[in-house]
Amino acid sequence: MSQFPQAVSFRSNAAGALNDSSLRAAMRHATTTFGKKRVDAIGNNPFEEWREKASEIRTDVLNNLDEYVEMFSQNATRAGAVVHRAKDSVNACEIVASLLKDHRAYKVVKSKSMITEEIHLNAYLEKNGVKVVETDLGEYIIQIAGETPSHIIVPAIHKSRQQVGRLFCDKLGCSYSEDPESLTKTARTILREEFLSAPAAISGSNFAIAETGSISLFTNEGNGRMVTTLPPLHIAVTAIEKILPKVSDLALFMRLLPRSATGQVLTSYFSLITGSRKEGESTGSRHFHIILLDNGRSEILRGDCKDILKCIRCGACMNVCPVYGMIGGHAYDSTYPGPMGVILSSVLNGLDRAHPLLDASTLCGACADVCPVKVPLPKLINRLREIKVERGLSPELETIGMAGFGVAAKYHELFELGQRAASYVWPLLSLVDKQTIDRLPKPASKSLKRRVL
Amino acid sequence: MRAQLFATCLVDTFYPETGEAVIKLLRHFGVDVIFPREQTCCGKPPNSAGYAKQARKAAEHFISVFKSPDPVIVPSGSCASMVKNHYPEMFHDNLRLFQAARDLSARTFELTQFLVHELKAHQRGFTGSGKITYHSSCQLTRELGVREEPLTLLRSIEGAEFCPMPSADRCCGFGGVFMGKLPEVSMALADDKLDNILDSGADTVTGCDHGCLMNISDAIRRRGAHVDVKHIAVILAEGLK
Repeated sequence: MSQFPQAVSFRSNAAGALNDSSLRAAMRHATTTFGKKRVDAIGNNPFEEWREKASEIRTDVLNNLDEYVEMFSQNATRAGAVVHRAKDSVNACEIVASLLKDHRAYKVVKSKSMITEEIHLNAYLEKNGVKVVETDLGEYIIQIAGETPSHIIVPAIHKSRQQVGRLFCDKLGCSYSEDPESLTKTARTILREEFLSAPAAISGSNFAIAETGSISLFTNEGNGRMVTTLPPLHIAVTAIEKILPKVSDLALFMRLLPRSATGQVLTSYFSLITGSRKEGESTGSRHFHIILLDNGRSEILRGDCKDILKCIRCGACMNVCPVYGMIGGHAYDSTYPGPMGVILSSVLNGLDRAHPLLDASTLCGACADVCPVKVPLPKLINRLREIKVERGLSPELETIGMAGFGVAAKYHELFELGQRAASYVWPLLSLVDKQTIDRLPKPASKSLKRRVL
Repeated sequence: MRAQLFATCLVDTFYPETGEAVIKLLRHFGVDVIFPREQTCCGKPPNSAGYAKQARKAAEHFISVFKSPDPVIVPSGSCASMVKNHYPEMFHDNLRLFQAARDLSARTFELTQFLVHELKAHQRGFTGSGKITYHSSCQLTRELGVREEPLTLLRSIEGAEFCPMPSADRCCGFGGVFMGKLPEVSMALADDKLDNILDSGADTVTGCDHGCLMNISDAIRRRGAHVDVKHIAVILAEGLK
């Protein structure tokens, strides 16, 4: 039991997830497939060289973030967008709601965006009488299921097609099918109507380009393009750190993002949106607003976990994480799951809530191997564990044990005494943690030192 | 050649026969093995659990025990990486200890690294029998970059068949304190590892880290599978020519 009531019940969530056999099967299938496709898509390309360069660019952005944000704002404004700065979630939600109100828009279509998940925008808008329609198929599935994304790229990764079939049958009143094509057609018919009628749209942004004030979207379903071109009002919400300095930087990140995310060489659609619709143009929103969200990031930039802001949200770390692959994203009970999520949740939501998530790593390092921008994920998790200990958020018995260990590590006589004692009192240790003790061998009757010295 | 053995606390306490195998192995290849009595633990467990102070105490002690310039041999990838990679990072505030840690780092070897690169043990070869599969432990592979050395040694065993397992470098779910923090997930990962071991068709699984092998042994025990678990040092020491 955690002594912090607001803390995520991670261990019991994880244990619960392990008992869900259809979740286990879906996760196994999805993470294996993405892992394999990623390796194929990288092929013989100079991945190390790419990610070294990408890491340099992202580090430069973070080191000069204020200037890049300023440059982005000026250029976006010049191109005809209206730029808003939001200090936190509530502030961002309020800006969106007031823009919708100004435009008398009571329905919005959305393309997939994790940042709006982070600020819980949908719930806020629904509360304010706005109907929100998610148009990414995965997001649409979890929206009608009343769930949250369990993966940052593949929100419905935890669902089998049979489950989706039943869900559509229940919620949309169509006849049961588990054929992905027919399910997609059902959603498409409904969503097409929404695209054509919606007065407003909300999107995120994969990268914001400082040089031109553009936002960019990588999508596979075409919904992103519909959302950002059909409705007269388009609101893009983006976190301040998602800036790239130049349009030409996209060439590199375009090689890295789809390969790392879904194992694609390129996504089916890529949009670069600069300003609102201009004279003589036939597509694009007439009113284009960009909300630059801080939500604690300026503070994170000054701390030990700054490097997590290099993250480009590809999800490669979760696809290879043994823990995530076993339990899925919902067990983390946080917007962002997996290795990057453990770190981002800790710094965004605070350790009082997120500290149990720090257990979600064997520090195996598989995530660091695949990260396209070289975020030192295990190092950051380890650093956060140190902060957790410093803040006294660790279990009392563990702290006492480790303090004892610290003394014994310095005095070998004491260490040897401990070893000898262990071989006698081993059964007693079961009283402390039977489950773990039962999985360990008993200490040898004679240690190596006693055998050979 | 002289070398110092850091047996690791796991081997010293739970698996002394592995320590004896390491000594036998090194002596066979002409190494004069020193086994300093004052050694305790490298500090990896507190380090990965976030107890930096305790890890640092262990590291300072280690540095003082292994101060002689002879190479230090460690029969564990994670302990060797602790000394080689993490020690120098721990002392940025103390020049003397930082230099000592760097010097120690340069002369610390994981056992199979030393056997292959310094002693060319694979060239003389070993004898053995049966089918052996190999689990590639995480810190050994990703932090030390030791991928081929254990395979080179295993392939040099005459009479034994090396049977690779699928996803050999996937974490077994041990993870030090992880094993106790998320036991259900740890066991599920070990179960997956065991499936891969069984898929290899081998009768023995080996590796370079007793932490992982301990976790794998538990999965085998729970399922009643017929697979032997042996540290690579034991297999090699049994097959000395």
